[in-house]
Amino acid sequence: MLTLNIKEELNKTEEKTKIKVKDLNFYYGPKQTLKNISMDIYEKKVTAIIGPSGCGKSTFIRLFNRMDEFVLESKSEGEIIIDGKNILEKDTDLIDLRRRVGMVFQKPNPFPKTIMENIAYGLKVNGWKDNFQIETRVIDSLKKSALWEEVKYRLKENAYGLSGGQQQRLCIARCIAVRPEIILFDEPCASLDPISTAKIEELIMDLKKDYTIVIVTHNMQQAARISDYTAFFLMGEMIEYGLTKNIFENPKDKRTEDYITGRFG
Amino acid sequence: MKKVLFNHAIKSIFFLNILLVILIVGFIFIKGYKIISLKFLFTMPYNSMTEGGIFPALVGTFLLTSLSIIFALPPGVITAIYLNEYVKNKHLINIIKISINTLAGVPSVVFGLFGFSVFVKFFGFGVSLLSGAFTLSIVILPIFISATIEALSAVPYSLREASMALGATKLYTIRHTVLPAAFSSIMTAIILSTGRAAGETAPILFTAAVFFQKNLPDSLFSPVMALPYHIYALMTEGTHPEKQVAIAYGSALVLIITVLFLISLAVFLREKRRRYVNFKH
Ligand SMILES: Nc1ncnc2c1ncn2[C@@H]1O[C@H](COP(=O)(O)OP(=O)(O)OP(=O)(O)O)[C@@H](O)[C@H]1O
Ligand SMILES: [Mg+2]
Repeated sequence: MLTLNIKEELNKTEEKTKIKVKDLNFYYGPKQTLKNISMDIYEKKVTAIIGPSGCGKSTFIRLFNRMDEFVLESKSEGEIIIDGKNILEKDTDLIDLRRRVGMVFQKPNPFPKTIMENIAYGLKVNGWKDNFQIETRVIDSLKKSALWEEVKYRLKENAYGLSGGQQQRLCIARCIAVRPEIILFDEPCASLDPISTAKIEELIMDLKKDYTIVIVTHNMQQAARISDYTAFFLMGEMIEYGLTKNIFENPKDKRTEDYITGRFG
Repeated sequence: MKKVLFNHAIKSIFFLNILLVILIVGFIFIKGYKIISLKFLFTMPYNSMTEGGIFPALVGTFLLTSLSIIFALPPGVITAIYLNEYVKNKHLINIIKISINTLAGVPSVVFGLFGFSVFVKFFGFGVSLLSGAFTLSIVILPIFISATIEALSAVPYSLREASMALGATKLYTIRHTVLPAAFSSIMTAIILSTGRAAGETAPILFTAAVFFQKNLPDSLFSPVMALPYHIYALMTEGTHPEKQVAIAYGSALVLIITVLFLISLAVFLREKRRRYVNFKH
């Protein structure tokens, strides 16, 4: 009944669905980690996933670019439809999927290579050869991720010389260099100081113009500040999903309210 | 109290060890340095090895060592990659790792016999550079594989993840991310293996080394002289021990310096990597 209400509310907003999740179940071995999740994620919006540790947020968004491929003995049921195609099906072209669905991880993970090589990596994976084209795209990506001014004279330096926040923006630049359609962020600010965090948040708001964004975060204020939609997860279930404003100001479920007000066990 | 005593004991043993190493090197240095000169390094021995230099032994050791590294490198790296990146069965990996470590502990004379029966006899390469290099490569292979596995597993999973999230295949990730990141550690492994190969005597005893040779080896199938075996020969055979012993100490010093140099190079590379590529942010 609750889900019906949510659906009604969402339909009113007339967003374009980018990712459609239908009756999704996920298992690590015998252990069920995601239970019967259905939700629509909308194009060029920021969708935040919140919930306590271990509730399956990472597991959930990692299915969108099929990073579960590397987990032994895992199993998924249901559908995740991106642009009309169920990407959980066996015949999915994972290389192409990962070009369309980029990911930024919790800990900045630049390659121990130069700044230039870091951003060019995804392009080269996709068979780019022309150095001029690669360089143009690298510079463009650095500008779009608000890093250009800080690194324009050190493109040939090792990325490990950058600060944590710069490294994370480099990872974002690396991700958008291949022009994905969707970007997944798994707690991108977890290891960063407040100033770096603010910069990343600003960047995400800016990226929303061109990309569909899904972000996992433990920071309630962050979710409230940057997201349009919020989904609350608890022990593998999606408890509530809706406009961020509604979730934070007027949660329908007691458990959601407890969680966002910090009264959670 | 007990702990303090224990610490002291550990410290004393440590310094005793260092002292021992210094003593040995110092002893050989004192006995050997007088004879060393450019001429000693670059002339042939003559007068039934009682005079002249160690040039052919130096060349022989250089050839044996480089060839054995060249032979050991491809199978070693491929095996390590396969074990670390592809095998998913943890039990299997453990069994193989234990076998590799056991192989590393087998006395090298056993490898010498193996090389003799397989390369010298069965394949008919004879006592030759080729047989010796193959045998040496088998001696260093286990250590080299373990060190390379260690180098590969030190590359954090997050880097592989980053690469694959960009759409790279596993093979592409290994070639463009894992191997470059592990490169300097693998270099260290190569250098340490080189040191080991250069110093080994038993594996070349029946497979490659000869007591004396008038000319430098001219093909893979000629036997060679080699530093460790040269020392052995000078000390145990021949007609003028008093002259030969001095040459033996000179050769030993050259060998020790070469090996120490290789090990320092390995340590230097490792430190350099620590400074530039610190995986733990
Ligand atoms: N590779 C794995 N194999 C087995 N179980 C796993 C694996 N990865 C995660 N799990 C389990 O699945 C559950 C959900 O994990 P997940 O990482 O998705 O949680 P999360 O919501 O992202 O938590 P956090 O906020 O701490 O990041 C946890 O109980 C976790 O222990
Ligand atoms: Mg997580």
